[in-house]
Amino acid sequence: MKKITSKGIKSLIRNNLVTVLFLVICSIGIPLSGYSPSYLISEIIVRLSRNSFLILSLLIPIMAGMGLNFGMTLGAMAGQIGLIFVTDWNVVGIPAMVLAIIISIPISILLGQLCGRILNKAKGREMVTSYILGFFMNGVYQLIVLYGMGSIIPIKNTSLVLPRGYGIRNTVNLIGIRRSLDSLFNLSIFGIKIPLMTFIVIALVCVFIVWFRKTKLGQDMRAVGQDMEVAASAGIQVEHTRIVSIVISTVVAGIGMIIYLQNIGTLNTYNSHTQIGMFSVAALLVGGASVSKANIGNVFLGVILFHLMFIVSPMAGKNLIGQAQLGEYFRVFVSYGVITMSLVLYEMRKKRENLANAEKLQENQGALNED
Amino acid sequence: MKDKKIPLLEMKNISKDFSGNQVLNDINFSIQKGEILGLVGENGAGKSTLMKILFGMDEIRTTGGYGGQVIIKGEVVNFNSSLDALEKGIGMVHQEFSLLPDFSAAENIVLNREPLKPSIMSELFGDRMNSLNRDEIDAIAKTSIEKLGISLDTSMKVSSMPVGHKQFTEIARELSKDAKGETNPIELLVLDEPTAVLSEKEADSLLIAMRKLAKQGIAMIFISHRLNEIIDVCDTMMVMRDGLIIKHIPIEGVNVQDIARWMVGRNVSNSSKPREFDYTDKPTILDIQKLWVDMPGETVKNVSLEVKKGEILGIGGMAGQGKLGIPNGVMGLYQSGGKVVFDGKELLLNNPRSLLDAGLAFVSEDRRGVGLLLDESLEWNVAFTAMQVQDKYLKKYLKGFMTWRDSKAIEEVTQKYIDQLEIKCTSSKQKAKELSGGNQQKICLAKAFALEPKLLFVSEPTRGIDIGAKALVLESLRKYNRELGTTIVIISSELEELRAICDRIAIVTDGKIEGILEASKPSEDFGLLMIGQKVEEAI
Repeated sequence: MKKITSKGIKSLIRNNLVTVLFLVICSIGIPLSGYSPSYLISEIIVRLSRNSFLILSLLIPIMAGMGLNFGMTLGAMAGQIGLIFVTDWNVVGIPAMVLAIIISIPISILLGQLCGRILNKAKGREMVTSYILGFFMNGVYQLIVLYGMGSIIPIKNTSLVLPRGYGIRNTVNLIGIRRSLDSLFNLSIFGIKIPLMTFIVIALVCVFIVWFRKTKLGQDMRAVGQDMEVAASAGIQVEHTRIVSIVISTVVAGIGMIIYLQNIGTLNTYNSHTQIGMFSVAALLVGGASVSKANIGNVFLGVILFHLMFIVSPMAGKNLIGQAQLGEYFRVFVSYGVITMSLVLYEMRKKRENLANAEKLQENQGALNED
Repeated sequence: MKDKKIPLLEMKNISKDFSGNQVLNDINFSIQKGEILGLVGENGAGKSTLMKILFGMDEIRTTGGYGGQVIIKGEVVNFNSSLDALEKGIGMVHQEFSLLPDFSAAENIVLNREPLKPSIMSELFGDRMNSLNRDEIDAIAKTSIEKLGISLDTSMKVSSMPVGHKQFTEIARELSKDAKGETNPIELLVLDEPTAVLSEKEADSLLIAMRKLAKQGIAMIFISHRLNEIIDVCDTMMVMRDGLIIKHIPIEGVNVQDIARWMVGRNVSNSSKPREFDYTDKPTILDIQKLWVDMPGETVKNVSLEVKKGEILGIGGMAGQGKLGIPNGVMGLYQSGGKVVFDGKELLLNNPRSLLDAGLAFVSEDRRGVGLLLDESLEWNVAFTAMQVQDKYLKKYLKGFMTWRDSKAIEEVTQKYIDQLEIKCTSSKQKAKELSGGNQQKICLAKAFALEPKLLFVSEPTRGIDIGAKALVLESLRKYNRELGTTIVIISSELEELRAICDRIAIVTDGKIEGILEASKPSEDFGLLMIGQKVEEAI
């Protein structure tokens, strides 16, 4: 470990400003909310099991130098379509989840291919392109779910369909699969329930990501992420590698959405997916990731800090000014704020590094001249 | 030379032209196993084109191929890419590093040729899901580094390496390319200015490594501007000039002065007389002290330079030595530091606007990028900067609360320069991108002239334009200087062009001013400065 100096601490804070800011917000918010530690811990565990999988889907595109994949929304849509079908077919429990995942994967692959190809046309502007692509695909999703289902695509279960005869209702009750994964193996420590199976699944994805980094494909992605030209001149198929990274991300996001929704228990047909990309990206950034660098630790730290703020802010707001809406307001405001701030800080850090390099060059030269 | 044996590489009657412009003319040479051939020549002498032909680069094929034959071990070859060349055991070490900064030396050396360990997933999803065999990667890297006879930590990240180690990593990568036995072992390496970015010590160890490789039977073509290195390490040397081989001789008995003379010594008669202008008693208008500029590929390290009022000063030197960095740094287009005093006032660096306000103007070498608004009319291009910076060509209403463009004044001034500079266009409303390169260059000049600067930087004013346009551009610069007394600093790679128009010429080598000579001095003197040899009577 490096020796801790005041300069070291300063640069540590400067490089992790967003994380530090959240630590400060949470440490003020927790006493204000008046929640007990055991309540907070059990809430955090729920959020960890619910969101981690989704956020893990962001890691691989970052490795391939494509920034934060807002296109994970596409995977979320695929997952939701899978869930609608299994609900219609009255499948329940773990088989239902597996079936939903099986349905979602081909859709995710298809959407991921599309997204990857489009992003290859927009090199260097992947983030804004994938963000807007999410909005566009939302339109296609609505077309299919709101008009296609029940008319072209057969839906038998009338409780799913709008009274007019086609289109899926605003909310779908996922009673058949609610908590089916979470309650498979339940562990209770000091009265805090831990959904062990969900965490095992999350751990498996983490193992996959760690292993993936060591494969040839992972190595190629890291190479492409650093310098596309150098990678191409060494014979790596740059475009294909980038598409694969987006496809993997989309598939993982689709499965993540199914895990997320089995925990929540109801599907908000037209809203669930829209903000998931933004909240996931924000959580990852809060965990200390940047556009070009993210690891598994960032995911868990991000979920803990970001959701801790969500948990405590309504109560803190109520105790402070008598209004619980503050929390809801915070949620959206802070998410956008975090993303903006991280992006700005990232650019600033890059500029500072360039400047430091230029100065170092100058110093080296000075040393050479003195020789 | 051992003439009896079949040479490793022979290039026979090679010629190449780019749309009528002959760049290589009947080139013949051969290289034996384990021979180090030094290749020297000015920029534009044809060295890089020759190497591109050897490696079968796209650029050559898309411009109509080449004449003559490339023969490797008695067999005529015609490569389609550098990967083909590699198969025959010919590798290239590039001038700019193509390394990945966050990868270790070993990872870079085996990039995309990593040895793999099979895994279950690869049965399902193909070879790319195999995991990397770290031990073997390290072993390959170590063997190829051993061939170089240097010590290099294979696990060190490239971003934290000194430049010399980066260069070694590149060479080791070329050497390792036969490790899997899929290609022939490397037998010929082309090193394109490998020492340009190295310190003396690093360069020395590179030369030692080269000799070691030669003993193992690897032949090398060594391109360098540092002539001492050529003399130190090579067995034979070849001087190219204007697409011809001027000399191809064993290195024994050759000295630096000879090579310099062969490189630049033209038999051209100097037709245009240098003008009579006595700058010695003129005041200093621009005083640059200890300037450094972080411009990629053109780094300026430490430049101090005085420019006298009213003179035309030339800045020359080889490409990549930093001459282009000087105007770009002073004008704030790249990060720079040091002290620049203009007309008695110190300038704020890294702030293009304040520099324009002070009365400096810059015609960039990057015409299409920085110089022109390609999609706008000529009028806009000529008047834009003057409008922005000096509030020219504007009509003011309501006591300056509202300003409108004065289209008539803009049209007039554009027309004036179109006539003056003989710009070929349909009208002043034509779009800039529709003009030819030479005429675009004239528009860039007109734009700078419209600012009526006190000092004008002109960077590579004749690059990529034909001879007729060249003369006109140079003449208009001269005329502008004569009539308005504007101080002009011209940066150009073409020494003869500078000698024709300038009063004094400063030669930049390795990011520093190597010396300043009067334009009337013989070109050999400039040649020596370019390769870093001080001339006694430098001013």
